[in-house]
This record gives sequence, C-alpha cells and structure tokens, in this order.
Amino acid sequence: MTDISVTRRLSIPALLLAGLVFTGPAAAQDKPRYGGELLFAVPSEMPSYDGHREGTFGMVHPLAPHYNTLLKTDPNDRTGTKIVGDLAESWTIAPDGRVYTLKLRRGVKFHDGAEMTSRDVKASYDKIVFPPPNVGSMRKGQYTNVEAIEAPDASTIVFRLKWPQASFLASLASPYNWIYKADVLARDVRWYEKNVMGTGPFTFVEHVKGSHWVGKKNSNYWDKGKPYLDGYRAIFMKDSAAQVAAVRAERAHIQFRGFAPAERDSLVAALGRKITVQESPWDCAAWVAINQDKKPFDDKRVRRALTLALDRRQASVALSKIAVVKEVAGVQVPGTPYATPPDELEKLAGYGRDIKKSRAEARRLLREAGVPDRFAFTFTNRGLPMPYEPIGIWLIDQWRQIGLNATMVTIEASQHVNELRAGNFTVSSDAQCGYAVEPDLDLAKFQSKEISHNNYGRYTDKVLDDLYQKQNRATDPEERKRYVREFERRLLDEEVHTFITLQWHRIVPHSAKVRGWTITPSHYLNQQLDAVWLAE
Amino acid sequence: MAIRPTSVTEVSGIAPDRSWLTEVGDFCRQRPLGAIGAAVVVVNILVGLAANLIAPYDPLTTDYGAMLARPSAAHWLGTDAFGRDVLSRIIYGSRTAMLVGFACALLGATIGTVIGVTSAYFAGRVDLLIQRVMDIFLAFPLIILALAVVSILGTGIGNVIIAIAIPMIPRAALVARSSALAIREMPYVDAARAAGYRHQRIILRHMLPNVMAPYLIMLTAYLGQAILLEASLSFLGLGVSEPTAAWGLMLRGAAVQFAEAAPWMAIFPGLAISLAVFAFNLFGDSLRDALDPRLKTQ
Repeated sequence: MTDISVTRRLSIPALLLAGLVFTGPAAAQDKPRYGGELLFAVPSEMPSYDGHREGTFGMVHPLAPHYNTLLKTDPNDRTGTKIVGDLAESWTIAPDGRVYTLKLRRGVKFHDGAEMTSRDVKASYDKIVFPPPNVGSMRKGQYTNVEAIEAPDASTIVFRLKWPQASFLASLASPYNWIYKADVLARDVRWYEKNVMGTGPFTFVEHVKGSHWVGKKNSNYWDKGKPYLDGYRAIFMKDSAAQVAAVRAERAHIQFRGFAPAERDSLVAALGRKITVQESPWDCAAWVAINQDKKPFDDKRVRRALTLALDRRQASVALSKIAVVKEVAGVQVPGTPYATPPDELEKLAGYGRDIKKSRAEARRLLREAGVPDRFAFTFTNRGLPMPYEPIGIWLIDQWRQIGLNATMVTIEASQHVNELRAGNFTVSSDAQCGYAVEPDLDLAKFQSKEISHNNYGRYTDKVLDDLYQKQNRATDPEERKRYVREFERRLLDEEVHTFITLQWHRIVPHSAKVRGWTITPSHYLNQQLDAVWLAE
Repeated sequence: MAIRPTSVTEVSGIAPDRSWLTEVGDFCRQRPLGAIGAAVVVVNILVGLAANLIAPYDPLTTDYGAMLARPSAAHWLGTDAFGRDVLSRIIYGSRTAMLVGFACALLGATIGTVIGVTSAYFAGRVDLLIQRVMDIFLAFPLIILALAVVSILGTGIGNVIIAIAIPMIPRAALVARSSALAIREMPYVDAARAAGYRHQRIILRHMLPNVMAPYLIMLTAYLGQAILLEASLSFLGLGVSEPTAAWGLMLRGAAVQFAEAAPWMAIFPGLAISLAVFAFNLFGDSLRDALDPRLKTQ
C-alpha cells in the first residue's frame, strides 16, 4: 500500500515532466520573437570580471553574453561536445596534428566600435597561455602543449603545438576564453578584472553587487538578426528556496545551474503548463576518495570491497527522486562520444547487476585482507547538503551491508578541500566537475600525486599516467576511446584507486516563455544567450 | 570536623522524617503541571534507554521501496526520504537528545557551580577576575557562543556536548556565586576556616552542598535548553552528523525539501523537540518553586 502511494505521488510530476520535456523540440520550431528582458537567478557571484582568471559559473552566467570565444559548443547540441565556430569561421589542422590555423570572421566589432582582428585573439590567448607575472590564468596548465601563437594576417590565427593533442579544438571552445581587446590589454593587462568590453550579443549596463547584473542588446552584433532579447537581468540569489520562489512567482524566468528534484516537482505542481523542464546528465560525478596512506585502504582488495558494496542501479532510481544524481556512469558523461558503453560498464567492479554476488565477493575480499567484521572507519563528507548528504547516507548504509561500520563526519566545504589536500581523512566524498565533457579535463585529476595536485588518494601509478598521455595524444577517436577505456578499467577496477557513486543530474525547470536555450551536461556552456527568446 | 548546617525545622524537631515517596507524592499533588513534566521526562529517558527494544525498525536501515511513505500501519509516523521509519528515528533520537541534554547540563551546571562558589569564597581580586571573564562569555547569546565553539572544534556528538556546555558555565557560575555569597558569611564556614581546613575542603564539603537547590534547578532548566540547542545546531548542519538519529537533524535536508509533499518528516520530530523542552521547563519551574521559592520572585 505504501509503495503504491509513493509511486503514485512521485509519478504524477514525473509524467507531467515527461510531457513538458518533450514539448521542447516542438516549441523550438516556433519563429523567434524579438523583445523582452530575460530574468535569471544566479546562485553565486563573481570574484572578478575576468574569465581567464576565474572559474565560477557565478561569473560565466552574467558575463558570457558580453563576449565571444574563438570556437564554442553547438548551442543546440545536448551533449555539449559538438564544436562550432564563434569568432572563427573555419579552421584547418596540419597533417602532423601540430598546427591549427583558424580563419576569423570579418566585420566583428567590439562594443566600443573597434574592429576585432587576429591581434586581439593573439593578445587574449597570450594572456591565457603565457600570462605575465602576477596575472592570474586559471587554466594555463591546460595549454602547456602550446609552443607559439601567431597572427600572420588580420583574419588568421595560428596555434603551434609541441605534440598533437586530441582535445585542442575543445580547449579553444572553452567558455572562459573570451576574446579581449588587444589595445586595452596592452595598456592594462588587468583591466578586464574590473571592466567589461567584448564583442558579444549584449553590452554591459550595470552591476549592483549582491543584487543584480544588467545587459542590453548589442544592436551592432556581427550575427545579423541576433540577439532576440532586448536585454537581460541576472539576479544574485544564494538561497535555493528564494530561487524557487522567484521562478514560481515569475520574478525570474530561469536559473541556469539547476534545481533539486523536489524543487522541480514543486514548480511543476505550482505552475503546470507554464513551466518547461530540461534535464541532462551533469558533467560532475560524486566520487569517493580513498587515502591509500591509511591502512587497510592501502590494500586494493579493501578498496574493491568498498565499490562492490554499492547497488548503483537501485540508487540511480531511488536517489534521483531526492538528490541531483542519477546516471550510473564511468569516467565520461553517458551519451557523450567517449562514454563507456553499458555492456562494458557492467564488467567494472561494482557495476554488475547481481548485487548479492557483488556483496558476497566484497565480504570475501575483506576477510582475505584481514579486515574484521564491523570494522569502523570515518567517512569525511563535504558540508554541502546537495548531493553530498544523501550520497553519504546511502554510502554508509551500503557499507553496513558488507559488515563495515562507517561514521560520517561533515566538514565545512572549503575546509573539506584543505583536509583532502593535507591527507587528513580515511575515506571521503570527492567531486569531479568539468566545464566541458572532454577526457583530458575529466581524467587529469586521477594521474599520480606527483602530477595531479588534486589526486586525494595519494597514489602513484605510472601505468595510469602513461595511459593519460596516450589518450591525450591519440588523434584518432577510436584509438583514443581504447585508451580512455583502459584508463577507466585500471582506475576503477584493477587498482580501484577511487570510484564513482553516481553521475550528477542537471535539472533546469524554467518558464515556458524561455525558448531557444538547450541544456547541456555543463552549466558553464551555452550561456551566450544570443539565440534565446521570450514567447508571448 | 565540619559543622553540618542545620535548618530550623531540624533543630525544633517539628518535621518528622519523610520518605522520598511521600515527598514525590506531595510534589505531584501540589504541582500537577510539574508532575506531568516530570512524567514526560521520565518517559523520554526510558524511551531513550530502551530504544533498541521498542523501536519497530533499525533507524539507519534504508528502504528505497518505502521512500516518503505516509503514516500507515507499517510506519506509524511515515518514512523519510530514504525510507527510514520516522517513529524509530524519533525513538533513537530521544537517546541522542537525552545524552546531549544530560551531558551538557551536568557539565555546564557542575563546572559553573564550582567556579561560582570558588569565586564567591575567595572574593576580592579572584572574584573580580573570574566574574569579568564570565561577563565576557555572558556577552554572547547562548547559540552564538555554541556556534563559535562548534565551528572551531568541528561537528560530532562529543564536540556538540562541549559546544553547548561552555556557554552554560558562566550562567551557572553567576547563579551559584550569588547563592554562595550568603553561605560564605555563615558561621559554619567561619568555623571551618578557624579549624584550619584547606580552601578546597571548605568549598567542596561545606559550601557546594549548600548550593544544591539552585544547582538542581539549573540542571533541569539547562536540560531543556541543551536539547533545543542540540536540535538547532543539528538543524544548521553543525551538530551531530547523518545518519545518526537526532531530532534536529530530522528537521533539515529532505524534510525542508519535501515539506509540502511529506510534512510528517518535519512535524513529528518537531513535536518531539517541543514536548521534551516543554516538559523539562515545566519540571524545572516546579522544582524551583519547591526547592527554593525565593528564586521564583528573583
């Protein structure tokens, strides 16, 4: 009786959701309408305005509409992996894979009216790749392969690499690599930390700290006919209840990062057909870090038992009703080019369909490793409720079922990272999020501790490092896939250095008036708003 | 040898020896509200002690087939977002509440009383110094000081007990000092001093037993406060950690998210907190009236 009532209660919004989600493509076929101001809530605020320096979505969401990048991900591609031109019109790659030549669009103007040329692109990328001393470039490490950046003429930019790199095009589509004006950078390389001036579809109007950010339509935008909106207003709201209330009261059309399932359900129940829900696997996964400096977790049989205990498939169904997690996944977001096929995933430790068999194997491994029954250890969890708390509760319950007695200790979020870095933990929650779905970005963390500073397991594995380099340099996608699979097998199955619980799941319920925006696995992508419009 | 303080009734021999049962009976007749409070407290303690015998389910066991189930015959008070039985978690939560409540109240009232009596006994500069230090702590509201302590020490049941007990110490010290100031001037204390007893013996054996009435009153009053503070800290995510069954913890997270769809997740733990705190306050007030009627007017 209980089960039925729960199922009924949860399935009504779910059915409603399914209907609403599938109205998306039909709605997208509507003719875009000009006018209106898009209102969106932003749960975080930026430390500075410089995209090259910062990493938070609290900067990307309000500022991305002011800028263009060289390349970008296709705004209509739900996987967020299809690369298309933004300021670059076309590009070629030399046969040896080491020279990328990009042709720039002509007639692109900065908001001050000056023409954008390859000089501006070179100055912007020089700042990202070879930043002057005391100038922050957060992703500089991702461009160590760049040997030189050249601007042979006003509409051509050339990148010379030290070795072929499969992910290089994707790295040119980074949502942070905004093109700044060369003259401004020449005068003051830190000018963009406190000022805004790009080539994007919207010009800057005002920023009232702690309150809002306003942009208005760039009437000289190079992509004729766009943008559709007259402007936008980003409203800073940290509290999720306030964000839900804003969307519910139609004081905000959307919050691009995402809401929890219960918040989605309450919005759907309150607004019915006035709300559209878009969902996607999120390029973030809930990982478990295991400190291999601590006994008995230096024994891979014990680490394997920890992952074998998890009933991921049951959790996928159950936890997705209460937390922002859902997909059972490997090291890449399901549905993206390098994702693990389901049949291969099932072969990895803890991914099998027979949970009884897995747990029996886990108990056997623990006995073999000399771990006593009711062995107690501490699970250190990050002090953020969503999704860390539900995942922590679930993990402790799962480990109890193989005779392990874990106690959860919750540590404030910023302190938690310090504890992980210092190795002051035994087993801990961990997260890996990327701004784009790309093996280079997603796997770098798991290299040996000598290479990766956020390898919290504190292990050294030269085989893993070698596989990372091989996939990084493999320009043939099929060959690269093989290396990614080998990397994954070694990381999650053979050595079990760490493991994934569930992939995060992004849920964006928004006003049905908002059209022309497609969800992707990354909340950093597709924020230019040039194609977004508001229906009547 | 210490001179035992005697009351007027003992000297005159008017009052006959009364058994504790008679005392309890009188207390219940004269203060029925206090008796009800005491009964609820006793029930709470018994429930906490016998939680493993009376709880219908293991409070930590999840049942994803029964997530957010309404109150029913299988789950009298419904289930939470993990399918855990709310009644079982409330029953085990009583154990956490009583443990934290008694530990904090005992620790805070005892240390505070010792400090207060010591301060009153020595008087002069020692008293001045101790009181100024107590004033500094008293300047902070109880919850603010507890929050500060827990943010330094971290979460977990042990740290929560320390965090709640620390702000109680100066409050207990203040009350104990005011009672001890009068006792300090009593002839038996002078006599003990004249007999050459050490300060420690005079404080522990002659003065402390005579501040037992305010001590017991503080103890009961602090129990309710400690339970409320533990619930507040846990609600803020700074108290005990999941999956431990604790009332405040049951009010946060999914209980907030699903407040509309599954209100039982918040209502029943909320009622448990209210009932326990109300009962301790009723009992404490009545005990105060019975033991030291003068404090009522103060």
